Amino acid sequence: MIWETYLLAQRAIRRNALRSTLTVLGIVIGVAAVITMVTLGSGATAQVTSDIAKLGSNMLQVRVGQGFHRGGGARGAATPFRMADVQAIEQQIHGLQGVAPVSSSGMQAIYGNANWSTTITGSNADFLVVRDWPMARGRIFTESEMRAGQAVCVLGATVQRRLFGDEDPLGATIRLGKIAFRVIGVLGAKGQSSFGTDQDDFVLIPLRTLQRRVAGNTNVGSIMVSAMDGVPTEAVQTDIERLLRERRNIAAAQEDDFHVRDMKEIIDTLTGTTRVLTALLGAVAAVSLLVGGIGIMNIMLVSVTERTREIGTRLAIGALERQVLLQFLVEAVVLACFGGVIGIALGLGAAALAAHLLAIPFIFNPGIVSAAFLFSALVGVVFGYFPARQAARLDPIEALRYE
Amino acid sequence: MGTLIQLEQVTKVYGRGHAAVNALDRIDLTIERGEFVAVMGHSGSGKSTCMNILGCLDTPSSGTYRFGGVDVGALSRDQRALLRRHYLGFVFQGFNLLNRTSAIENVELPLIYRGIPIRRRREQAAAALAAVGLSGWEQHTPGELSGGQQQRVAIARAIVTDPDVLLADEPTGNLDTARSREIMSLITRFNQERGLTVIMVTHEADMAAYARRRVDFLDGRIVTAAEGPGAMAKGPQKAPTT
Ligand SMILES: Nc1ncnc2c1ncn2[C@@H]1O[C@H](COP(=O)(O)OP(=O)(O)OP(=O)(O)O)[C@@H](O)[C@H]1O
Ligand SMILES: [Mg+2]
Repeated sequence: MIWETYLLAQRAIRRNALRSTLTVLGIVIGVAAVITMVTLGSGATAQVTSDIAKLGSNMLQVRVGQGFHRGGGARGAATPFRMADVQAIEQQIHGLQGVAPVSSSGMQAIYGNANWSTTITGSNADFLVVRDWPMARGRIFTESEMRAGQAVCVLGATVQRRLFGDEDPLGATIRLGKIAFRVIGVLGAKGQSSFGTDQDDFVLIPLRTLQRRVAGNTNVGSIMVSAMDGVPTEAVQTDIERLLRERRNIAAAQEDDFHVRDMKEIIDTLTGTTRVLTALLGAVAAVSLLVGGIGIMNIMLVSVTERTREIGTRLAIGALERQVLLQFLVEAVVLACFGGVIGIALGLGAAALAAHLLAIPFIFNPGIVSAAFLFSALVGVVFGYFPARQAARLDPIEALRYE
Repeated sequence: MGTLIQLEQVTKVYGRGHAAVNALDRIDLTIERGEFVAVMGHSGSGKSTCMNILGCLDTPSSGTYRFGGVDVGALSRDQRALLRRHYLGFVFQGFNLLNRTSAIENVELPLIYRGIPIRRRREQAAAALAAVGLSGWEQHTPGELSGGQQQRVAIARAIVTDPDVLLADEPTGNLDTARSREIMSLITRFNQERGLTVIMVTHEADMAAYARRRVDFLDGRIVTAAEGPGAMAKGPQKAPTT
C-alpha cells in the first residue's frame, strides 16, 4: 500500500512538474546551503588541523599568563621566564627532543636600498628541531655565537627574497634597526599558514643577541618544546607544569600563572571559530528550510482544493480517511525529499567547487547528507500534515459536487 | 433472494430554520437482491439525495436504512467507507473520472483500495474495460475519450470489483439515444448475468423501460412503486438535467 501510495504521489507530482519544481525551490536552497556550509566548514577545519599537525604534533608551547580559554587574564603581571627556566627544563624534563626559548620583536630589515618590515625572532638552534624546519642554505648559529650574543642572523625565505632577490645573501651584512647583522643562513620555505599569515616572514637571531641589543632585558617570551617520538605530550606537559610551579613558588591552592599548550588545544581554539561560523550559517539555512516548508504547505493546500472531486471520488469508492491522509502526506514528503535530493546534489557541487577555489580539502560528510535528507522529509511531514488532514476530512458528497 | 436494501421512514433535511428543505420526507423503500430499479422524478425531487443515502455516502436525518440487515446509520465514517468498498459500485452523475489518468488506471482505482496486487489488478481492469467494449482504449485519458466512452469507463470502474449493488445516477444523461441504448443493454446484461442489483436514476422513460421496477419521486416523497416493464408506458414528463 505504501508503495502504491508512493507511485500515486509521484504521478501527482509529475502531472504538475513545473509547479512542483518551483514549490521545492525553498527546500532545495535550504538544503544546498546547509550542505555547502557544513562541507566547507569541515574542510576548513581539516585544513587547519593538518596545518597545525605539520607544525609538529609533539610540540608544546609554554607561555606566561593563563590559558587563552580562561581569558588570558594576568599575563602582563606574571613574572616572565628567564634562561634559567629554559635550562631547568632542558636538564630536568626527560624525553625531550628540543627546547627553544623564543622572544620576538617587530623591526625594519635593511639591505642596500631594500627595506622590509618584518619580525625578529630570538631563539637557539633547537628552534629548527622543535619546529621541524629545514635550512635551505648556510648554517644555524653555533653554541659560541649564541653564548656571546653575536650579531649573526638566519633569514626566513620571504625576507631573503625581499631584501636580496636573486643575489646571494650568505656573508652579506644587513641592518636590523640600528644594528648590523651578518647573514649566515637561509631557512627553507614553509608557505602560508592556515590562518593566512606568511610563516617565512621573519629573521632568526640568537636569543642572547635579541635580549641584549634589542629588548634590553633578560626575558624569554615563551618556550617551545618538542617531545621525542613515543613520549606522550600529556606526560611532558604535567612534568613541565610541576617543574615551573616549583620554580615560580606557586602555592598549592594557587592557580598557575603560566600555561602549557599542546597542539590539540591550539587546534580546538582555532577550529572552534570555524564551528561557530558553521553553526551560524546552518541556522540561516534552517530558516530557509522553514520557508521551504511553508511553500510546500501552501501548494499542498492548493492541490487539495484543486483535487476536491478526485478526493470525493476516492472516498466514495471506499478510501478510508487515513488512506487519503497518507496519500497527501506521502505526496508532500516525496516532494520535500525530491527537493532535498536536488539540494544535496547542488550543495555538494557548490562545496566541491568552492573547496577547489579556496584550496581546502573537499570532505564528503555522509552524516550531514543523511541528516539533510531526513530533515527535508520531516519538513514534508510537518507541513504536509495539515493539508492532508484537510483532504481526508472532506465530506464525500460535498467533494463530489465541488465545481 | 432476500432483502438487500430497506429504508424505513427515512427523512433528509438540509439546512435549518426557515431555510430547511426536506429533500426526503419519510421514505419507505425495500429492494431485493438482483432487482433492477429505475428511480424517476422531477429535478430537485430528492433522487440524488436518496441515492447518496443508499450509497452510504450520507446518513438520514431520521429513520433507518438497513443494508443487508445492517443499520447503516449506526456505522462510523470508516465503516461506511469499507461497506462502499466491498459491496457498492457507483456511476456518478458527472462521471468523476480522474483527469490526466489513463482509462485503465481509473478502472483500477477501487481495486487499489481493496489491496489487490498490481498484476491481478491490471488483468481485472482490462477485463472490465473489455466488458464495456473499450478494449484498446486502456491508455487513453478521459480528455481523449468521447462522452460515451467516458461513461463506459465509469461503468467499468463501478463493476470491476464485482459489487453487489450498482448505483447509477443518470448514467445516460449526456448521451445520444444510440449510445444510451448500448449502455442500458450493458447494465441489463450485468443485472441478468451476474445478478447485480441495479438502482438507476433517469429522466427518460425509454431508459427506465429497461428496469423491472420503477420508483417515482415527487418533492421528496415516493408516489408510485410500479412493477414490471409495462408500468412505465406513461412516465412523467422529461425534466431538464441539472
Ligand atoms: N447539500 C445540500 N444542501 C442543501 N440542499 C440540498 C443539498 N443537496 C440537495 N439539496 C436540496 O435537496 C433537494 C433534492 O435534491 P436532489 O439533488 O436529491 O434532487 P434530484 O432529484 O437529484 O434532482 P436532479 O434530477 O436535478 O439531479 C433539492 O431541493 C436540493 O436543493
Ligand atoms: Mg440528481
